[in-house]
Amino acid sequence: MLLTSSLENIGILDAAIVAILGYVVVFFGLILLMAVVVLLGKFFIARSKNPQPKAAEKPAAPAAPAAPAAPAAPVQAPLAPGTAGQLKLYDTNPKIAAMIMAIVANKMGKPLNELRFISIKEVK
Amino acid sequence: MIDIGEILLNLWQSSGFNAIFANFAGSGWQNLVMLVIACVLLYLGIVKKFEPLLLVGIAFGCLLSNLPLGGLYHQELWDAFMDPSSPAYHSFGEVMREGGLLDIFYIGVKTSLYPCLIFMGVGAMTDFGPLLSNPKSLLLGAAAQLGVFMAFFFAIPLGFTGPEAASIGIIGGADGPTAIFLTTRLAPHLLGAIAVAAYSYMALIPLIQPPIMNLLTSAKDRKIKMVQTRVVSKTEKIIFPILVVIFVALLLPDTAPLIGCLMLGNLFKETGCTDRLSDTAQNALMNIVTILLSTSVGATMVGSTFLTASTLKIVLLGVIAFGLSTAGGLLGGNVMCKLTGGKVNPLIRRSHGCPCFQRGRPEEQPLQLPADARHGPQRGRCHRLRHCRRLPAQRLWLRDAKIPA
Repeated sequence: MLLTSSLENIGILDAAIVAILGYVVVFFGLILLMAVVVLLGKFFIARSKNPQPKAAEKPAAPAAPAAPAAPAAPVQAPLAPGTAGQLKLYDTNPKIAAMIMAIVANKMGKPLNELRFISIKEVK
Repeated sequence: MIDIGEILLNLWQSSGFNAIFANFAGSGWQNLVMLVIACVLLYLGIVKKFEPLLLVGIAFGCLLSNLPLGGLYHQELWDAFMDPSSPAYHSFGEVMREGGLLDIFYIGVKTSLYPCLIFMGVGAMTDFGPLLSNPKSLLLGAAAQLGVFMAFFFAIPLGFTGPEAASIGIIGGADGPTAIFLTTRLAPHLLGAIAVAAYSYMALIPLIQPPIMNLLTSAKDRKIKMVQTRVVSKTEKIIFPILVVIFVALLLPDTAPLIGCLMLGNLFKETGCTDRLSDTAQNALMNIVTILLSTSVGATMVGSTFLTASTLKIVLLGVIAFGLSTAGGLLGGNVMCKLTGGKVNPLIRRSHGCPCFQRGRPEEQPLQLPADARHGPQRGRCHRLRHCRRLPAQRLWLRDAKIPA
């Protein structure tokens, strides 16, 4: 607000300078934010390439949960580029999940292979 | 003996009709013109389906505040609120005591409460996965701010002050809550005109943008299919809003209320353990605030302040801002398309910042963005949020489904 009070009566030349500076500042701020996001992404990519042993052991130990795992695919298998990823099911029968996906695709009028389902959870 | 004539005369004199026609040369004609404008806006919202979720509320707020003697909204109260020499300067107590229903609604605008709550809902509806998988799209967002600064520049020679010009320029940001948030802080007397211009142009996106898209992109580039570069983990999506709010609020403290609410809403969505809060922010809260915001913004369209040359200038500058922002985004997209060897569809950011309040006319989407462009990971917020509201199946799509590469 301090900044805007000095802009109360500005001339056209000052306006041009402010406009150019403002545009540059937007780029600067978003480039900084982009750098932060890139660093965050790199950290997580590196983390996924070198999974900690503890994290790998954890799902094996408690075999009790009744919720069925979604696909029978290998747990740590790397995903192919452009893949739609794995579908997580929470308290949902795979057959019901398949039916829900088919209904959603039908309602949206889109082919099922153009949709990506991340998770399906039963609302209780 | 009761004097029926006097009673009828009193009834007439206390009516709004008399207030209009007795003072027709003063404010009467302004009231009539504003009532006509309100009806036109209602027609556009209801019949033409231009942003009905907002436009109907704005138009009805305008209608109510321009009915003389209704006492729903008092412009003079808010003028005193802004006047440092007045005893009512910055006194919400005075507004509560003397104000009407719409004055009380308007307190939420004046305190920037509504834009912040709207942003919370927007955050809860936004999937930042595509942005995280390809952060370069942020640069397209920056390029698309061209219209904001050009409109600022053009507004100065038209007689606006710096803060007023900045408020007008933000129309090019194509984001209603941001326009309202900024205008209430910099040029509150222009709020009605700027809000109406901003939302009207957002409603007219299908008319404004396609010619500019056709002009600045080639048919070949428009057909580029973008691929999702990587799968973004849940943890990353949870950390992102926390990191962004720290970073942005430290860099630009003035944006803390808006960015804080946006990221809080997104955190509700991503944590997986606050589904109820996320659902409330996306639906009930968003709808309630939309009602309050739209009617109170509409109420600021009082004839005496709205029917001025400034309003016409704002409308003109608004379309310039919108068009140039579109052009800036497209030019940035073209540069990225060339730099990446044709991997980026230049249309991808074209719909930057367009409204979260959708028209409910999905058949219009192909007009705005070809299907090939929509397959990419950098779909604009508009496209992520289309159909974001009513049907459970649509909500399911928003939460759990994406269109992959």
